[in-house]
Amino acid sequence: MLTALVALHAVVGGGVLAASRPLGRRAFLVAGLAPLAVVAWGATQAGRVLDGEVVTATTAWAPRLGLSFDLRLDGFALLMLVLVAGVGTLVFVYGWSYFEASARAGRAAGLLVLFAGSMLGLVLADNLLLLYLCWELTSVTSYLLIGLDDRDPGARAAALHALLVTGMGGLAMLGGFVVIGSEAGTYRLSDLLAEPPSGTVTSVALVFVLLGAFTKSAQYPFHGWLPGAMVAPTPISAYLHSAAMVKAGIYLVARFAPAFAEAGPWRPLVVSVGLTTMVVGGWRALRPVDLKQVLAFGTISQLGFLMVLFGLGRPETTAAGCALLLAHALFKAALFMVVGVVDHGVHSRDIRLLPRLGPTWRPTQAVALVAAASMAAVPPLAGFVAKEQAYGALVHGTAGERAVLAVIVAGSALTVAYSLRFALALVRPDLVRPVRAGEPGSDGHAPSPAFLAPAAALALVTVAFGLFPRPWSHLTDAAANALDHHAHAHLVLWHGFTTPLALSALTLGLGVVVFALRRARVAGAVPADTVAAVRTGREGYDRVVRTVLHGAARITALVQSGSLPVYVAVILATAVLAPTAALLAGSWWPGWPELVGSPGHVPVAVLLVVGGLAATTARRRFAAALLLGVVGYGMALLFVVQGAPDLALTQVAIETLSVVVFLLVLRILPDRFERTTPAVRAVPRAVLSVAVGLFLTTMALVAAGNRTSPSVSAEMVDRALPEGHGHNVVNVILVDIRGMDTMGEITVLVAAAIGIAALVRAGRPPRPVPRWTGGRPTEPGDDAP
Amino acid sequence: MNHRSVIFDTTVRVVFDAAIVLSLYLLFAGHNQPGGGFVGGLVAAAALALRYLAGGIDEVRPLLPVRPWTLLSAGLALASGTALWSVVTGHAPLDHEAYGLHPALLGDVKVTTAAVFDGGVYLIVVGLLLMVLEALGEGVGEGVGTGDEEERS
Repeated sequence: MLTALVALHAVVGGGVLAASRPLGRRAFLVAGLAPLAVVAWGATQAGRVLDGEVVTATTAWAPRLGLSFDLRLDGFALLMLVLVAGVGTLVFVYGWSYFEASARAGRAAGLLVLFAGSMLGLVLADNLLLLYLCWELTSVTSYLLIGLDDRDPGARAAALHALLVTGMGGLAMLGGFVVIGSEAGTYRLSDLLAEPPSGTVTSVALVFVLLGAFTKSAQYPFHGWLPGAMVAPTPISAYLHSAAMVKAGIYLVARFAPAFAEAGPWRPLVVSVGLTTMVVGGWRALRPVDLKQVLAFGTISQLGFLMVLFGLGRPETTAAGCALLLAHALFKAALFMVVGVVDHGVHSRDIRLLPRLGPTWRPTQAVALVAAASMAAVPPLAGFVAKEQAYGALVHGTAGERAVLAVIVAGSALTVAYSLRFALALVRPDLVRPVRAGEPGSDGHAPSPAFLAPAAALALVTVAFGLFPRPWSHLTDAAANALDHHAHAHLVLWHGFTTPLALSALTLGLGVVVFALRRARVAGAVPADTVAAVRTGREGYDRVVRTVLHGAARITALVQSGSLPVYVAVILATAVLAPTAALLAGSWWPGWPELVGSPGHVPVAVLLVVGGLAATTARRRFAAALLLGVVGYGMALLFVVQGAPDLALTQVAIETLSVVVFLLVLRILPDRFERTTPAVRAVPRAVLSVAVGLFLTTMALVAAGNRTSPSVSAEMVDRALPEGHGHNVVNVILVDIRGMDTMGEITVLVAAAIGIAALVRAGRPPRPVPRWTGGRPTEPGDDAP
Repeated sequence: MNHRSVIFDTTVRVVFDAAIVLSLYLLFAGHNQPGGGFVGGLVAAAALALRYLAGGIDEVRPLLPVRPWTLLSAGLALASGTALWSVVTGHAPLDHEAYGLHPALLGDVKVTTAAVFDGGVYLIVVGLLLMVLEALGEGVGEGVGTGDEEERS
């Protein structure tokens, strides 16, 4: 059933993409059925899973390679399922309203459901390699979704940015997975975490895995792609870039931390990166004037927070992380949806241009306020319950953990500040607007109930979670328990007058102070246009890309001189020098073999030698080509003498074709070779040629005389008919025994064909468009530069 | 186009059909006798090249209903399809199977999936040459710069 659900997403996604044009925005309702099915099935399994049972499904994939689709639903996967499929279903409903008459609605819906399937596979995967596969699929679908408006160069650049950064991290992660998998002797995640490998090699591999998690979850200094990704339509931001995809890195850290937190660099690395991200993201979120950018930096900050909680790998923090994970998805998706709703009605999400919304907007504002308050951890909402849990977990910890707690309080104060800024922008924009801002527009039209409903549902859950945490406590408790047997998350709203409560109050107070100070500065001297200049983290990426391109151009200019003789000389010299060094290092000389095997060899050898020598001394290119042909046909003759008609046939066919192709090319080259070649060039060429000849002769003798194990050809001959069903051993070798080689070779042939076509036609205008001038047809290539 | 030789033209046309038949024979006989997709493709390609020498690309284009790149991709699709087929049927990639058929008049015929793979190789070799011809453009002795003509006289 698990496998079927994942497959359902692929089928629905493909179908919706194929029928995207006729479906239009209804595509979202069709596509939404896939995550809805997951929700329905999840509901039937929830009871078992919450009691600690595990649902598994295995489908063989490539058994010989040890690859299989191992899916496993435990408590933590169930929690992720709520985010991926639960929030996902709401996003599809929202998307139906958002993409009113957009031509891209069908495409967006199809890609979104494909993404949902990949994400589902990711959180259910019980095999490292399957997890990696799904991980990369989410990167690819994210790339396509960010670049949904493919006519916009900005969107394309942002999509590429995200793909390059997450793809690079993904590759590093794959390297780490392979090392860890071979150290542990299994790629099965559950087995591996039960008995984690240790040692220096594992520690290094873990750093690579973390690189993948950091890039995916937009951790400092890889965070730059996430604000850029905000060019995507809002449903995509709400789903990929707040609820689901960016949680993949968190998910991975959460899974690994209980087993690996003690190992080497894990804890210092994850905690320092997470804390930096939390504070930097929170600070940056105070500046942008685009509401989606505010949320993007807020997400980065919260992801840092989650990274710290899970990364510590202690039962208490893991439990708190589970609660925060759920709370964050609820409020952040709702906030993104509200921004999309406002953007639709007012046609702006720029804080400087937002009008004061009229009374018809009250429901929207209410939803925004609840969600923003939850983000700021105002009681009695979900965010507050989760943050209390986090504070409680750290306040009783070691000295180091209390230091971590101090930074988290600071980061949370920033969260309060930007939450306040966000909420006020929608309620009293005049309070957060810079002095010399643009002229605000009208407050447009309020959203239809259906448009606001998904966000309202999330806000409602946020309130319910806060007021009645008990049912949610079951979910987070099962999730934490699945990660770590010692972890228990019993969520309660009211702990009594404790240190965490005091810290919460302190956080709220500090946040208001930060906001007030910040507002005083912004409202004062800073002109409106400079407020927009925010460091998004893109600069570093741009610099890296520029450096790489520049370096590539320089290396290309260095190695690709454009001279054919130079290329040939380099290739031949390498071919001679490298194996010769090996030959000289050992004593391989087997002695002279029998030089003349049969009388027939002598005339053929004479023909070959004469043909070869004549080809080198020929003055005309055409004559040289024909003489080379003589050598080739001579080889064919040799094959006949040796009793290999198949080889001879091939050789003859190749020679014929070579001569013909020579003819084709020679007509555009001068008839004769250059008359006098200066000695400076002639001597090295002669030396190299002789060296190649000597080397090949020696190599042939040495290779043939140094057989250490019996030839495989006898066995190939024996097995050709019974297993390859053919009498012609050569052909059976080509298509069966060494079929994969042939497969590779013909692929190279195809690539070569495309390359030849591109090279020959380079610089010429597209053909065939014959133009007629004065009765004489001219080649388009005539006037090519 | 004015430099066409009647004798060359006629000879090529006569040889061409025979060469194509030979190439197909080589392709299908290849599994049990000298031949195979690669050799067959080379012979067919040589035949096409002769047509090209006789009359340029306009002589070659009408011979095939498809473009060279279609031939290339079809060949690659056939070959990789065969490889995948054996995986689907539960064997190692390219582990070929033989099917015995008994059509009327022809007696016992053994068909192997290897022949399909070889057909892919054949198409790719022919497609490669056609790509080259298409790229080189119009016929011999036209348009494209011919270098130092004076030296020939």
